[in-house]
Amino acid sequence: MIPVQASMPAGTVRRVRPVLLGLAVLVVLGVLLELAVGAASLDLPRAVACLVAPDPSCDPSDHYILTALRLPRAIGAVVVGAGLAVAGCAMQGLFRNPLADPTLVGVSSGAALGSGLAIVFGRVLPVLPGGFTQPVLAFAGGLTATWLVHALARVRGQTSVVGLLLAGIAVTALAGSALGLLSYVSDDRQLRDLSLWLLGGLGGITRDVAFILVPLVALSGGLLWRRARDLDALLLGESEAFHLGVDVERLRRRVITEVALAVGVCVAFTGIIGFVGLVVPHLLRGLVGPRHRVLVPAAALGGAGLLLFADAAARTMLAPAELPVGILTSLLGAPVFLTLLARVRATELV
Amino acid sequence: MSASTVLRSLVLALALVPACAVPGDSPAPAAAQVTAPQRIVTLGSSITEAVFALGAGDRVVGVDLSSLYPESAAALPRVGYYRQFSAEGVLGLRPDLVLASSESGPATALEQVRNAGVRLELVPAGENLDAARGNITAAAAAIGRPEAAAEVLAALAADLAEADRLRARVTSRPRVLFIYARGPGRLLVAGRETTGAELVRLAAAENAGDALTGMRPWSAEAVVAAAPDFVVLPSRGLESLGGVPGLLALPGLAETPAGRAQRVVAVDDLKLLGFGPRIGQGVRELLVALHPELGEGAAP
Repeated sequence: MIPVQASMPAGTVRRVRPVLLGLAVLVVLGVLLELAVGAASLDLPRAVACLVAPDPSCDPSDHYILTALRLPRAIGAVVVGAGLAVAGCAMQGLFRNPLADPTLVGVSSGAALGSGLAIVFGRVLPVLPGGFTQPVLAFAGGLTATWLVHALARVRGQTSVVGLLLAGIAVTALAGSALGLLSYVSDDRQLRDLSLWLLGGLGGITRDVAFILVPLVALSGGLLWRRARDLDALLLGESEAFHLGVDVERLRRRVITEVALAVGVCVAFTGIIGFVGLVVPHLLRGLVGPRHRVLVPAAALGGAGLLLFADAAARTMLAPAELPVGILTSLLGAPVFLTLLARVRATELV
Repeated sequence: MSASTVLRSLVLALALVPACAVPGDSPAPAAAQVTAPQRIVTLGSSITEAVFALGAGDRVVGVDLSSLYPESAAALPRVGYYRQFSAEGVLGLRPDLVLASSESGPATALEQVRNAGVRLELVPAGENLDAARGNITAAAAAIGRPEAAAEVLAALAADLAEADRLRARVTSRPRVLFIYARGPGRLLVAGRETTGAELVRLAAAENAGDALTGMRPWSAEAVVAAAPDFVVLPSRGLESLGGVPGLLALPGLAETPAGRAQRVVAVDDLKLLGFGPRIGQGVRELLVALHPELGEGAAP
């Protein structure tokens, strides 16, 4: 384990306010961009005019594109980006490792398996209203996998970081092979649906979905923010945190549950959007320091901003077709991840 | 009132009559103008092909990624793969009709198109001759040209009748292995209940892949044991393998009767696999390719 730096470099505190302000501006710009661009020609002044005062000059189909397609999508990008980044932030704190991300506890792979089941056996499954069969199964899969990881990692009522990591790897491998079996029995179309789902995209976010996402992600993200002090204490080490009065076992259980909730609900509707949960908290830790009280909201804003800009690009690059946004976030994330690895390796050698 | 005034008013009234009568007198063409869609987006290759065959290609403003035929369709804006199209991409083209295969999706995107007030017509998908005919009829009705269907259906029926005549003269019943390939590492054999099996049946041959159901990767041994007389594969698949030499270099294939005699038939993916309006033509060609006896004495 490479502990996250607990000591704060001088000058970080003074940088906090401008960084948070800058990130907030980034999110506002991102929302405006998300509303202003798209396959339909509908620029920002017209979009804002249409949204603020639906005067008769506003074409009903423009109004529909704005309120039913672009606005829920902008809200979805904010919520999903923030949810993934906050969950990643909490996982990096919990594992005391900058390379940790929410996929470690199996939530994404479990959700992928649930989604795969819905795609391949969709014809025999009961159809839920609003086409929610797949999200519900994905969400259930994510939570089940996380529960399984936690249960497997428990020895005599205690979990350890190594135990969680190993159980996470085992459950991810298990879900991966089950998904492999599903893709083997699937037909061409199902296979294509499955691989597109795995690439992740915000196209499925409608008004109804936004109404589900916002409260659930806000709740789990808020709860994770409340663990900021305990996560800070944990950065010093498990026994140190214990002596500071932190029930490490309970903290672990709660953080994992809240991460599973936040990531599970996001992944259920969007598919797997990689690297947001890994890269955003890591980058911002360098800017605002490791204290979670500041890092969690900074990560929320950063994740929202990143996903807003990535989605705006994904929607316009191949217009009128659309690129799965997960491809773009991975494209941005992979080089950052590699730099991260190189830097960790360098410090290890020193 | 002088006579000239009366005459003048009369002339004026007469002049006005046709002016008033033109819009009021012929409401039928005006109404037809309203219902016939002018900006069509098609989702699904066989739907696109049907609309173009019906002579409404000039009204199509966007297609999905799988619509590669005819060439003028492939040049239109693409709204993504028909199973994963983007609602805004479709709506941005300002269509007044979205004509889609019932396999199109995702469901939320279909719902969004419908909710935007755009007319959405789903055509039941299927990979058989009935579906091919159904596509044409449904597309013709949706674009407001039901009369055009008769012509396209007649052409299809003529091709199928010719296929029937050929089938009656067939004396052999070759075993055919239908392969779907995307590069040497990914070679799938068409088993029961596949498009490939249906095509083999229409070509009066026996599907050598009937041991399994669906598209499955086969081992080299199973390919040898199936002992096909012919290997049939989509032309793009054959290209991905490096042509006939590349195909026969694959383990097992050279040891089959088809491999030894180099009996490899490449079929046009778009003509046959989508069951579009050209399916009859494709079946005719496949019959001739799989039954050498038809070549002898066949009238040009």
